[in-house]
Amino acid sequence: MGSALGLGITMIWFSLLVLIPLVAVLIAAADLGLAGFWDVVSSPQTAAALRLTVVQALGVTLLNVVMGTALAWVLVRDHFWGKRLLDVVIDVPFALPTIVAGLVLLSLYGPNSPLGVNVANTRTAVFLALAFVTLPFVVRTVQPVLETLEHDTEEAAASLGASRFTTFRRVILPSLTPAIAAGAALSFARGISEYGSLVLLSGNLPGRTEVASVRVLTYIENGSKEAAAAVAAILLLVALLVIVALDVLQRRLARRGD
Amino acid sequence: MSITWKTAAVRPLVGVVAGLVALTGCATAGGGSSKSDEVSVVGFSILKTANEQLLKDFQKTDAGKGVTFKTSYGASGDQSRAVIAGLDADEVHLSLEPDVTKLVDEKLVADDWKSGPNKGVVTQSVVAIVVRKGNPKGIKGWDDLVKPGVKIVTPNPGSSGSAKWNILAAYGHVLAQGGSEKDAQAYLSKFLDNVVALPGSGKDATTAFQGGTGDVLLSYENEAIEARQAGADFDYVIPDQTLLIQNTGAVTTDASKAAKDFLDFQLSKQGQTDYAKQGFRPLDKAVKVDIPGANNPSDPFPTPKTLLTIDKDFGGWDEANTKYFDEETGIVTKLLAESGKA
Repeated sequence: MGSALGLGITMIWFSLLVLIPLVAVLIAAADLGLAGFWDVVSSPQTAAALRLTVVQALGVTLLNVVMGTALAWVLVRDHFWGKRLLDVVIDVPFALPTIVAGLVLLSLYGPNSPLGVNVANTRTAVFLALAFVTLPFVVRTVQPVLETLEHDTEEAAASLGASRFTTFRRVILPSLTPAIAAGAALSFARGISEYGSLVLLSGNLPGRTEVASVRVLTYIENGSKEAAAAVAAILLLVALLVIVALDVLQRRLARRGD
Repeated sequence: MSITWKTAAVRPLVGVVAGLVALTGCATAGGGSSKSDEVSVVGFSILKTANEQLLKDFQKTDAGKGVTFKTSYGASGDQSRAVIAGLDADEVHLSLEPDVTKLVDEKLVADDWKSGPNKGVVTQSVVAIVVRKGNPKGIKGWDDLVKPGVKIVTPNPGSSGSAKWNILAAYGHVLAQGGSEKDAQAYLSKFLDNVVALPGSGKDATTAFQGGTGDVLLSYENEAIEARQAGADFDYVIPDQTLLIQNTGAVTTDASKAAKDFLDFQLSKQGQTDYAKQGFRPLDKAVKVDIPGANNPSDPFPTPKTLLTIDKDFGGWDEANTKYFDEETGIVTKLLAESGKA
């Protein structure tokens, strides 16, 4: 009985926060009808924004899978001066209000860049902003798993003649894949919904640097909530597909390691 | 953190039903009239600074004695939607007339709100071209903006309602000089080719410009003056043909007398003087005051050769919104979408 109560409470909480709003979005989108829905999401400007958003979020997620795992590795296995500080600072991009992140990126990688790097109003700006705000996800999911990984198995593998690369690929990586996949899912989901950090640097140029969230905002501003919901529904669907794909991939990789 | 869904479909469903039942119990009581001595002012972003002084001066008058204020500022469209969704408001003061009209449609504002001599307008300004210090590109008017190599920043007319003023001013200057609609579209198309950034709001556009983006920023005279008062290092030009920006305000249907008194005060000579000090063009021509931050502080509001208005030159907001900004058929919407293909 106790578990039923627990389930009830968690489901109410989950419904209030997630399920009901999501269903409301889908219902609003359904108001358009199939033809209307298609008109919205296939209009060149919106389609371009959706494409850009998904492609950039995928790219950033791939980058995070590699760089995030590497960062976690360094933080757990290496010892160097300032490691504690780095460990703390990694969360900053996530903790900063996104508009502040946007300002920081604009002043560092905009026309007045002290580093001489100007990516303002290009697609690179979109990629950069997404990479900035999604940096911690993979690091933070992989790090604790890596910390609990026993050295014994690696030593055993080495003593059996496995090279360091083989040990990493056959022993360590399989244990890390669920964590990497979870981090990648978070990173992708955050990427496709991002708005604040990139609007100052990306320039919102239609068909070039305009992301899906700006289209949503445009539809809302012009009073067509249904069209905004249609774009949101597409983003939901894409997020769902990617999360499921990551789960399948992760299981397959984990099984191969056994 | 693993991402697996194993639970049987039925059990969560039970939870969802329970959740829905719980929800119906907490339907909110909508609307909201406030105490007679507290006035809720809902305004668009840029008013925040200007209103601070105005509220203080109002409290010094007989009508305003003992009146306290609750204020909320944000993007004009967001504010309008928030009031419809239940945000407590005794007086609304929004950038665009349609944002007030939406409230009329919801019966939150009386439909005779424009019957006064000010026709619902509380503050006004004009579209201005902001340039880098010393005007290195020598920008004097609209035609200079479409020259090769001039980089324009203007807020996104899609996501920012107030950005529509800028685009209409650019478009209307062609009509003002006797050009046809076709000429105006050709101009706007060239104009959009030179746009390097369409930030989400007027504020974001100013931030991006100050961050080094672009050679010119389309903005409003009052915002340019206010930014310069706050130390912004740029110049601005009032083009020969520009559009009169009219920000509308009204009291809500359940507003107290104090709210009505406050609206009267905003429109009074004193109220308009306070707004003028922040760069708004006074409705009352009799208001004469030095404005630091203006190009010429002692003659802060020069009369342009042609001053377009939304009612006279664009047939009012209803017509303009449909003709230029409709999601599918709007002239500006289409030109914007096309600009992306270049």
